[in-house]
Amino acid sequence: MSEAKEGQQHPLTIYLWIWLLLFVLSTFSYLVDYFHLQGMLRWTLIIVFMLLKAGFIVAIFMHMAWERLALKLAILVPPLCLLILIGFMAIEGDYTFITRGTAFLR
Amino acid sequence: MAHESQAAALGSLQQVAGDFAADKQAFTVPWGKAMMWIFLLSDTFIFTCFLTSYMNVRISTVSGWPNPSEVFALHLFGQDIPLILIAIMTFVLITSSGTMALAVNYGYRRHKANTVKLLVATAVLGATFVGMQAFEWTKLIMEGVRPWGNPWGAPQFGSSFFMITGFHGCHVTAGVIYLLITAKRVASGFYDKKGTYETVEVAGLYWHFVDLVWVFIFAFFYLW
Repeated sequence: MSEAKEGQQHPLTIYLWIWLLLFVLSTFSYLVDYFHLQGMLRWTLIIVFMLLKAGFIVAIFMHMAWERLALKLAILVPPLCLLILIGFMAIEGDYTFITRGTAFLR
Repeated sequence: MAHESQAAALGSLQQVAGDFAADKQAFTVPWGKAMMWIFLLSDTFIFTCFLTSYMNVRISTVSGWPNPSEVFALHLFGQDIPLILIAIMTFVLITSSGTMALAVNYGYRRHKANTVKLLVATAVLGATFVGMQAFEWTKLIMEGVRPWGNPWGAPQFGSSFFMITGFHGCHVTAGVIYLLITAKRVASGFYDKKGTYETVEVAGLYWHFVDLVWVFIFAFFYLW
């Protein structure tokens, strides 16, 4: 812990490596579309590249990796309840789809 | 810091308890940084609501969803390249995130000239992104995309597209203004007088968040 120095000071090389990594990951996610990958392989790759990019941006560029656990928990835990919203809305969407199918498409 | 990992984990949990339980400031960061993080947390909820509503209408529509790969293709060099404009926009935004990270770093090193240059570079890249987005909107509107319909399929495509990318574009635009003000203050020695360059890092948090949101929009709206 280098508390003597002001704020978040880290070697430039960390940023340059992460920058390069983000470029590579973005290229990969574009190639998923370019090569018309479909089905489970497509969704898995998209999600994996997305989460990796998001993780590196938050951890390194936004310095979350070096913050105290109190701040990490206060910021990173609340969004987890959004997963419940997403789950509910997915179920709701399916229900609406089925209702529309039976009511309007006969 | 050569503790065992278990002891370290317990130690940091005790640290959390201490930070929240004691009658004192909970977050040992500058107040501006804590407030920016809390604002970004609220913004996370807003963008998730947009993306979730998009998911909901896309699941529930009975007409086919337009294929983003074809909708956002550009005709270049005699052939249609799928999604190319969006890919370029993604690279522009990631480049700007890199210059922003370096600006924060040079700010803490008290290297004013480099900090200003990198902040301005970030703002220029952000403005480029918004310009390309304006081009994309114009192209789609010319092709007949409206919030209530489009020539290719599910009418909800237009409303989701304009809502999500529009709100993100507003964030980028606000960020460009924010960065230019920060750059001006660095140049004028405002932060030297204040004695800290942490404000540059706070501006950086906002900018990285804008890039972060784009990562999710890119994955869910354009690639899905």
